[in-house]
Amino acid sequence: MKVNRKTKLDTEIPTASMPDIIFMLLIFFMVTTVLREYSGLPISLPKAKRIEKLTSKRHTSHIWVSKDGLISIEDKLYASDGIRHVMYEKRVADPQLVISLKADERAKMGLISAIHGELRKADALKLNYSSKTAVD
Amino acid sequence: MARKRRFKGGNIPTSSMADIAFLLLIFFLVTTTIDMDKGLGMVLPAEGEEIEISKKNILNCLINSTGNVLLGGEGLEIRDLSKLIRQKLAENDKLIISVKAHKSTSYKDYIAVIDQLKRANATRISIAESN
Repeated sequence: MKVNRKTKLDTEIPTASMPDIIFMLLIFFMVTTVLREYSGLPISLPKAKRIEKLTSKRHTSHIWVSKDGLISIEDKLYASDGIRHVMYEKRVADPQLVISLKADERAKMGLISAIHGELRKADALKLNYSSKTAVD
Repeated sequence: MARKRRFKGGNIPTSSMADIAFLLLIFFLVTTTIDMDKGLGMVLPAEGEEIEISKKNILNCLINSTGNVLLGGEGLEIRDLSKLIRQKLAENDKLIISVKAHKSTSYKDYIAVIDQLKRANATRISIAESN
């Protein structure tokens, strides 16, 4: 008895589904891309070793503090007692909000402490001191 | 003069679709930032949530404006901090480290101290108001 075998072999890679695969990748990158970026202030971040990654960019809000004591949120300058209103609104809109404090390493603690107080008043309690990875 | 027009099927050319999709894909690949922000995590206490803690469970850590550190009354280098705090935590696991910084202390020194505390696996960190 002869076994009926397919002898015809496809030697070509099927390219008909290639656009579908590419589109799928495209849609993934389109969804994950966050285009809204703020330029912030020129700062040099402090270095630390025991650092953790922020889980989501979408739930992160940045506060820039320059060495001269300027405070910038979304490219607008604020006085230290104006932060609470902005942050409170953000906190209400997004309960998972994490504040990423991008402060210059030469900033003074008096100001940082004032920001702590403002964030406490705004109920935005999850804070992250943005820093670079230290090598030692 | 009338031209003769021949109708050649109604197909949209799909051969270039892959190229267009590739181009868009490359654009989004380039604009996506994979590297996330990194930093030291901290949870602030809620407003008006002051609790009394017995004195023996508090370890004061003072930082002055020139970056010198005083831990529980004795001065030491910032980089020796984690070792000492690890020892103190082993003696008393309820220990709360209260970090107090002078108004003109630089942020860099403060971060160095917080980093040292994190390295010693201290979870109870309190930040006192600078004044």
